[in-house]
Amino acid sequence: MPYGPHTGDDRARMLEALGLTSVEPLFADIPTAVRAHGLDLPGPLPELELAQRLETLAARNQTGLASFLGAGVYRHYLPPVVDQMLLRGEFYTAYTPYQPEISQGTLQTIYEYQSMLAELTGLDVVSASHYDGASATAEAALMTVRATHRTRVLVSRAVHRHYVEATRTYFRGAELILDEIPTRDDGTTDLAALERELADPSRPVAGVVMGQPNAFGLLEPMADAARLAHAAGALFVAVVEPVSLAVLAPPGAYGADIAAGEGQPLGIPPQYGGPYLGILACTQPLVRQIPGRLVGATTDAEGRRAFVMTLRAREQDIRRERAASNICTNQALCALAATVYLATIGPHGLRDVAAAGAARARRLEDALTEAGAPRLHSAPYLNEFAISVPDAARVHDALLARGVLAGLPLGTWYPDDPLLRESLLVCATEVTTDDEIRRFGDALHDILADDAQDAAAQAGSGRYAPSGARS
Amino acid sequence: MSADPVGQTLPAAPNLGPRTAVGPSLQPTLAELSRPGRGGNKIPHPPANALAGIPARHRRDGTPALPELNELEVVRHFVNLSHLNYGVDTGFYPLGSCTMKYNPKLNEWAARLPGFAALHPLAPDAVAQGTLELLWETEQWLAEISGMRAVTLQPAAGAQGELTGILMVRAYHEARGDHERREVIVPDSSHGTNPATASMAGFTTVTVPSAADGGVDLDALRAALGPHTAAVMLTNPSTLGLFEARVVELLEAVHAVGALAYMDGANLNAVLGKFRPGEAGFDVMHFNVHKTFSTPHGGGGPGAGPVGVGEKLQPYLPGPRVVRDDDGPFRLERPDERPASIGRVRAYQGSAGVYVRAYAYLRAHGGSGLVEVSEDAVLAANYLKSRLRGTYEIPYDRPCKHEFVASGEALKIETGVRTLDVAKRLIDKGFHPPTIYFPHIVEECLLIEPTETESVETLDAFADALLAIAAEAHEDPELVHSAPHTAPVRRLDEATAARQPDLHWRAMTGVETPCPT
Amino acid sequence: MDVPDGLRYTDDHEWLRVEGDAGVVGITGYAADQLGDIVFVELPAVGAHFERGKTFGVVESVKAVSDLFAPVAGAVMEVNPALADQPELVNTEPYGAGWLVRLRLSDPAQADALKDAAAYREMTKAG
Repeated sequence: MPYGPHTGDDRARMLEALGLTSVEPLFADIPTAVRAHGLDLPGPLPELELAQRLETLAARNQTGLASFLGAGVYRHYLPPVVDQMLLRGEFYTAYTPYQPEISQGTLQTIYEYQSMLAELTGLDVVSASHYDGASATAEAALMTVRATHRTRVLVSRAVHRHYVEATRTYFRGAELILDEIPTRDDGTTDLAALERELADPSRPVAGVVMGQPNAFGLLEPMADAARLAHAAGALFVAVVEPVSLAVLAPPGAYGADIAAGEGQPLGIPPQYGGPYLGILACTQPLVRQIPGRLVGATTDAEGRRAFVMTLRAREQDIRRERAASNICTNQALCALAATVYLATIGPHGLRDVAAAGAARARRLEDALTEAGAPRLHSAPYLNEFAISVPDAARVHDALLARGVLAGLPLGTWYPDDPLLRESLLVCATEVTTDDEIRRFGDALHDILADDAQDAAAQAGSGRYAPSGARS
Repeated sequence: MSADPVGQTLPAAPNLGPRTAVGPSLQPTLAELSRPGRGGNKIPHPPANALAGIPARHRRDGTPALPELNELEVVRHFVNLSHLNYGVDTGFYPLGSCTMKYNPKLNEWAARLPGFAALHPLAPDAVAQGTLELLWETEQWLAEISGMRAVTLQPAAGAQGELTGILMVRAYHEARGDHERREVIVPDSSHGTNPATASMAGFTTVTVPSAADGGVDLDALRAALGPHTAAVMLTNPSTLGLFEARVVELLEAVHAVGALAYMDGANLNAVLGKFRPGEAGFDVMHFNVHKTFSTPHGGGGPGAGPVGVGEKLQPYLPGPRVVRDDDGPFRLERPDERPASIGRVRAYQGSAGVYVRAYAYLRAHGGSGLVEVSEDAVLAANYLKSRLRGTYEIPYDRPCKHEFVASGEALKIETGVRTLDVAKRLIDKGFHPPTIYFPHIVEECLLIEPTETESVETLDAFADALLAIAAEAHEDPELVHSAPHTAPVRRLDEATAARQPDLHWRAMTGVETPCPT
Repeated sequence: MDVPDGLRYTDDHEWLRVEGDAGVVGITGYAADQLGDIVFVELPAVGAHFERGKTFGVVESVKAVSDLFAPVAGAVMEVNPALADQPELVNTEPYGAGWLVRLRLSDPAQADALKDAAAYREMTKAG
């Protein structure tokens, strides 16, 4: 066994203390009918071979691409300080801080995380974190229901598809209603439609959920939407991206009651899907409704300032079936990554990361427009936007073959929308290079030019070339 | 947050206790260490007009008031905070139901390989073949370990796995046209997440008592079962560390009324290769990979909670799963391939970074190694129990599995020293306390789980410490009442922390120095 | 702490002080001790009506939570405003300043079915 310490002598000694000669009697209470006899699995791999196997697998992922893929997970520069702090065994092998006297490291870093996210979001109460942006959004939606005792939530069509889907799944369990508000041609949420839905007296709304930036990368009229929600007695939930909060007005400034979001951009690598960091924050009056762990400052018996998990009676181990949520974890190590990242990069640095992304994105827009793919929407964006590309899925494949990961074909998320089917969602960050932008622009130009040539040739020969059968 | 109206006054220095050259010292917060103009300089400055395209109404007023420290101060801050923490790498964690086994360092190296770490979750399948293969293989291994037909890796934690499983149960009954199943039954020894999960999924929780032998009271269960029962959630071995000897009858009773059986897999470390829940008849279960499969607890997360299902629930699994077409490349399932799926419970496919670690653990052990894990875990628990017997009551004194309960009730009656005090005194002896006051059905409960990665010397030292504390309780109870004495802080005022919550530092005033050009 | 005479008591450790067709409700010192340091009390809205035995609120301590059950049927006329800032009054003065709600009793005779002080003392000594 690779990590067990017991020698034959150790086992013999323990067995002797029990008056046994083998461990079999210790499993005798498993009924014969359900007793298993080993596992049909390969044998152990010595560490050297295991390391080789892992390297082989890692090498099968293509990492040399010029990537413009965002859609909720973003490439950023990760200062090595972050990972070196995460590798400290006292942090990553620690348990949940139920014994605060020997967990002040974990507890203080969570308090610091809560404090910095409170500043970024402009909201007073920040939970120690949830699993990811999607579950945080679902929990935020559930909070609006609990707080208002209403059963209907409105979510903009321009909120991240996965967040909406996860909320729908959570709502099914609770028998709640989730209705979508459409978007306008400019890519932002249709506030007139929102107002109409809010005005229906027979179906009062608990909460309104919108993203800033939204899932198309665009900036939404959040203050106006919050006003509409409040006028109808509903709460307003903002789904936010944390780096953008360095330069965009935060949820607290435009009247959001709750903020949810994905903290991955703060020092956490993409890792093909997680573990990530669910941001959940709310105004002070909602503090008893917020699910998940909270850390507070207090004093010890000798007056020292120290930190402890607090407002525990909200949580599942005490409230059991009356708990607001069954959540037991917080993504503590991911919250630590965000805390170290923010401490390292600093407020000016974070602003620079956001601004550099915006600057790179404008260069990207120019290059792609020149290549024949202008923006689809007209609303302002920060560092992500959709471009119009005929036969987008096939073009995406063709670009991949030329070493460019050209964002996300929006038809993946909106298969029934003809305009979005013919578009790619692309982003740039501070790590996007001019060379990568040039590669993308040149490759796209060539592909579109070839396509145009093909189409012209086909038209000339009287045969119509179908515009591609990718689904 | 409201800023200090008087301007940039630094907060009064908190009482941090004495500093020492080596050894843990309390630390100021990042806000207290911050000085304007320090730090940063990690990336080049963007052009001055970078944000010109953002309309003023969307812009933040000023720069966020975040701490400014240079790199050395950041490093010292977190290094010194780490000294205030206890981890598995520091010492023994006998926490029942947590399985605090060693976190292998190879796994940390593997998860950080750029091929794994830099991969975007929406990357096309062709780009992600390495991770897809790893995830697919992990699913196969978990299916074999559990005897389940299929596994989803999507849930981000055990609790989310529970929710996923119970939502699938709900979908199953709805698909059968049975809308009367509104109840989920749990034993009184269940983990708090079980009833909380049932509530989230829209069910009422019915609690059945445990029998005198610690197992589920079969008669009480039969009385509670009926056409309103959607599922029964069982932990096996139970939270008392006992294998449910009547599991066959229990499963029969559950299925006889048309309900489904859910197994909380938190205690799987006890029965690897000895008991396969799917094979025994459980319809669905979740795994806690941060328990059984060594992925680090991280101070409270992240974990992962994959869910295994039998035939009945396969159609409802959240998607997309990783599939392989006839020895061809790996890919993600398309939505149309699982039309009855309950949908997703989170974004993307699952916490692949956690599964790299779990996969490495599984491959390092192989099937035979996993069986040895359970054998050693169970042996260690029984050995430790034998050392404590006679000093602490052992309410269920028969062979346990990987954990056991002891009670400090007699100690409390004789000396006034409670289990809480014993736990805090263990800190002075150099150990993290075990789980206390859970499960609720044992008075002054200690739930102790050594795991298979602790040496006999460690087990003996822990037993010696518990015996010594029992003696101290008789000779000098005040010493135990007022423990811990040697930790960086003494017992904390949790009442004030709850009555007047202080959840973030007082707002720093806005960053005054303009961004350097 | 002494169990005051003159109050009526429930099996769930609430007390009731009848004042004509009104009644003041609180939890007993025994219950407060069991819960430990009380950190929050969730009280109903004025005007809400509760049948006997129904949950009218929740009391939370550092490590536990407990429902509050209406000892008799009634409508809420007043809730104790002091508890929002000083929940600890339930620990220090459970029969006085730590009162919870004042009800208009739907049926004052229901109070007769509750225990008197002597019976409650017996119950808590045994339990």
